[in-house]
Amino acid sequence: MDILNLTAVSLGEKIKAKEVSVKEATKACLGQIEKQDKTLNSFITVEPEKALEQAEKVQQKIDAGELTGPLAGVPVAVKDNMLVKGGLTTCASHILDHFHPAFSSTAVEKLQAAGAVILGKTNMDEFAMGSTTETSYFGPTRNPWNTEHVPGGSSGGSCAAVASGEAIYALGSDTGGSIRQPSSFCGVTGIKPTYGTVSRYGLVAYGSSLDQIGPIAKDVRDCATVLETIAGYDPKDSTSVKRDDYGFTKALTGSAKGLRIGIPEEYFGEGLDPEVKKSILDAAEALKAQGAEVSYFHLPLVEYAIPAYYIIACAEASSNLERFDGVKYGYRTKEYEGLHNMYKKTRSEGFGAEVKRRIILGSFVLSSGYYDAYYLKALRVKALIKKAFDEAFEKYDVILAPASPTTAPKLGESLSDPIQMYLGDIYTISVNLCGLPGITVPCGMDSKGLPIGVQFIGNVFREDHILQAGYAYEQTRTMEICPLCR
Amino acid sequence: MANVISDETMEYVGILAKLELTGEEKENARKDLEKMLDYVDKLNELDVSGVEPMSHIFPVNNVFREDEVTNGDGSKDTMANAPAQKDNQFIVPKTIG
Amino acid sequence: MAKEYETVIGLEVHVELATKTKIFCGCSTAFGGAPNTHTCPVCTGMPGSLPVLNKKVLEYAVAVGLATNCDITRYSKFDRKNYFYPDNPQNYQISQLYLPICRNGHVDIDTAGGKKQIRIHEIHMEEDAGKLIHDEWNDTSLVDYNRSGVPLIEIVSEPDMRSADEVIAYLEKLRMTIQYLGASDCKLNEGSMRADVNLSVREVGSQKLGTRTEMKNINSFKAIQHAIEGERQRQIEELEEGREVIQETRRWDDNKESSRPMRSKEDAQDYRYFPDPDLTPIVISDEFLAKIKSQEPEMQDAKIARYQKEFDLPEYDAQIITSVKKMADFFEDTVALGANPKKVSNWLMGETMRLQKEKGMDQDQIPFSPENLASLIALTEDGSINSSVAKEVFEQVFADDVDPKQYVEEHGLKSMNDEGALRGIVEEKIAANPKAVEDYRGGKKKAIGAIVGQVMKETKGKADPGTVNKLIKEILG
Repeated sequence: MDILNLTAVSLGEKIKAKEVSVKEATKACLGQIEKQDKTLNSFITVEPEKALEQAEKVQQKIDAGELTGPLAGVPVAVKDNMLVKGGLTTCASHILDHFHPAFSSTAVEKLQAAGAVILGKTNMDEFAMGSTTETSYFGPTRNPWNTEHVPGGSSGGSCAAVASGEAIYALGSDTGGSIRQPSSFCGVTGIKPTYGTVSRYGLVAYGSSLDQIGPIAKDVRDCATVLETIAGYDPKDSTSVKRDDYGFTKALTGSAKGLRIGIPEEYFGEGLDPEVKKSILDAAEALKAQGAEVSYFHLPLVEYAIPAYYIIACAEASSNLERFDGVKYGYRTKEYEGLHNMYKKTRSEGFGAEVKRRIILGSFVLSSGYYDAYYLKALRVKALIKKAFDEAFEKYDVILAPASPTTAPKLGESLSDPIQMYLGDIYTISVNLCGLPGITVPCGMDSKGLPIGVQFIGNVFREDHILQAGYAYEQTRTMEICPLCR
Repeated sequence: MANVISDETMEYVGILAKLELTGEEKENARKDLEKMLDYVDKLNELDVSGVEPMSHIFPVNNVFREDEVTNGDGSKDTMANAPAQKDNQFIVPKTIG
Repeated sequence: MAKEYETVIGLEVHVELATKTKIFCGCSTAFGGAPNTHTCPVCTGMPGSLPVLNKKVLEYAVAVGLATNCDITRYSKFDRKNYFYPDNPQNYQISQLYLPICRNGHVDIDTAGGKKQIRIHEIHMEEDAGKLIHDEWNDTSLVDYNRSGVPLIEIVSEPDMRSADEVIAYLEKLRMTIQYLGASDCKLNEGSMRADVNLSVREVGSQKLGTRTEMKNINSFKAIQHAIEGERQRQIEELEEGREVIQETRRWDDNKESSRPMRSKEDAQDYRYFPDPDLTPIVISDEFLAKIKSQEPEMQDAKIARYQKEFDLPEYDAQIITSVKKMADFFEDTVALGANPKKVSNWLMGETMRLQKEKGMDQDQIPFSPENLASLIALTEDGSINSSVAKEVFEQVFADDVDPKQYVEEHGLKSMNDEGALRGIVEEKIAANPKAVEDYRGGKKKAIGAIVGQVMKETKGKADPGTVNKLIKEILG
């Protein structure tokens, strides 16, 4: 039995059955990190001793019957924009490269309460701004299926870690596709829940109205199980929502019968790689065979989602990142003359190019004379896009879509043309603008041997529909195993 | 309709964002901003008159806390990451000349 | 002929609300903690922290809005005001720009120039900044975030005031109203009430507003008066000399009695306001409004009417006693102990306010208990002490809150109204003043005053003047 190939739920069962100890599981992942991470660079921080110490404590609690949940003892990796007390949280930025938070994020606390063993903090695009994990101050992460290629982003480290068996599952965050797109590139499953489902307390903000934490794992059951653990109303997050039901695993019926699935024609036109297209449409066929009602429809305004998104996300980011100023924490420039020079040098040296690019755009669109023309306009367009989705969900339970127009590009191919990179977010971004849940499930490989993922999008608070669709689809195929795990 | 960003505007945005860009970096930032603005100007194709701007997606309102002290002395955590400190306060360059 | 100028003034008044905790976190608002002890991730702008609104802040803001005749905004939001400064830990202040909680109010003021209405443009909620201390030795500043996140309301008036007198009357009215609501103690000298003065001048008769300046850092009524006079003169001089007034923010220096511009080019004053995505909108229901209304305490006008009716107090007295909530409360407490209302009012308006003024105290600083004032009044009413002794005893009550009864006994100040004991002294003084006796008998009834005076002196003021008068008249027939 190879621990690294187990899902979180099956490893949890084996730990409960005493077939595997928590320490063995932890050591297996640490061993894989040791072996692979010099190449992959999935992690910014790994703390083996702390992980093994945790493993021991969790084992005691399991043995004492105090921890009985499905994730007890299962090793996890956490994206480095979520605070974990007792170590570093860097957001993959020079400006925070020595930052020790005084508290843990709510999602991490919930995982720890469920007996998770935290292996370390994963690499990402700096402040989650990027689609390739190349904007990290700590260097890019590589795709475990082919290390010439990027893992996607911004949760590229978390997705690469799960794909390569460096972690059994991981937490990511998704502001414009940052869980779903790298999940697709790395052949893993990742879900972005409805906005407000998982507390944002302790998540370093990029675009506050768009950010959500979500699980990245090997399959749909793992995602549903992890989501059940980390979701919940949090009085510390004013935007967190009190939901009636957090029983996500109940949706895993294994059947797609009666599910109304809509395919937006606009998502399958120009720009979509033919291999990706075929793979996605095959997934639709498979679900049809499972009893789902599948049909095409027109989803208007698709091409306006990206400009609206970048205005809103960059405006919020420009404000959220103002706190990094060299006064209270983080990097401060060595030499400066007076207060404003200190601010400018600290921030110019502390932030990377992509972060600065977005701060500049965000500051500009909010500045005097432009607010109405850009920011307010984007908020109006967002209202129209939301309306379009509301109408679609009157007819459909699930919208089926690609997660990205292509499979993972090679390292260095994307950053030279930012707009081209932003266009890659076309299938994922509306979900964030409208607060919808979306899940990516592996659906095949291209001719280069790179994974393809299919995305299921649900109406707000209808994770059950996309989990049902994803799980039913998953039952129709066998999971590819990443070469590094074989 | 191409956007042109002047030196003054770049300087001004630098003041707002507290970023100091020089030479090539500044030129690239200017070009990026111009390109991005050209791109987002696509929104002008849409008639949005009469559409209310949507800042919050859900009608979640009135999230409050009670007026009860829940925090104790937080100074240790507050100062833990300070780049420069004195007597439990953050040191910054002189603010008033 | 010299031109005549009119001063046009609008005020931005910041008031610190009397909540126990900060606006967005559970840190204490108590004064005087060691630096950064009243802080947490939220009020120091730590990454990953999120704000949650203190309900009491909203309740106070709405209460002040209702008491100043504002429309309450039924759908209100918080916005971020973005600017870099070290006392502002997030480098944005959470405030309200687009949908402030209260709008379109007014208060009535009364000055020597007559009654007038000052319109309130809006009231919004926001967070206070931290404190900067300047370390002159090292050419640095030190930041303390204990005050960061303390709740404020900002009350923005229309430019309706024309003189320092009107400004002070407006501020006094606001202070009185807010103190009555218990929403703040409104102390200018301690910074719990702060006024920024927007001032412009224009030629008398002109309808167009001149260019205004904003003056900050004014922390007493006296400073407000000086700042307004100074800025008016400065602007007139600029205009007279053919220059323009520049729209700018100026910092008032009370020691130098002058102001100077306080911004550099690094402060673009372009705040890039946008709705704070971390906070949800506020929706005010009819029930919420009704609840706040029902909690409104009896305000000054109602008290004035009631004091006249219930206690037979003259309107003048009622007005002065009620001008400060604490004094009104003190008055009612003392009367509740059985003291004569008019006598209580006399002690408050007379000796109390005289001593407060003498000692540079505020009108709400009453350093003694209602019990001791009531007891002092009782001693005067039952004739135990006469009025001059009473004043002497009151000074001790004011200084040390002494028990008047005990004090009078310990110091032997009780009135001598025993006729037997006084008769001898009276006879002695009559014998010693034949001239006065002659005058009295000749019809000058006031002449016996001299004899009374000497008796009082002999008894060290303890003799009851009524008894002495009676005895003299009796003996002289």
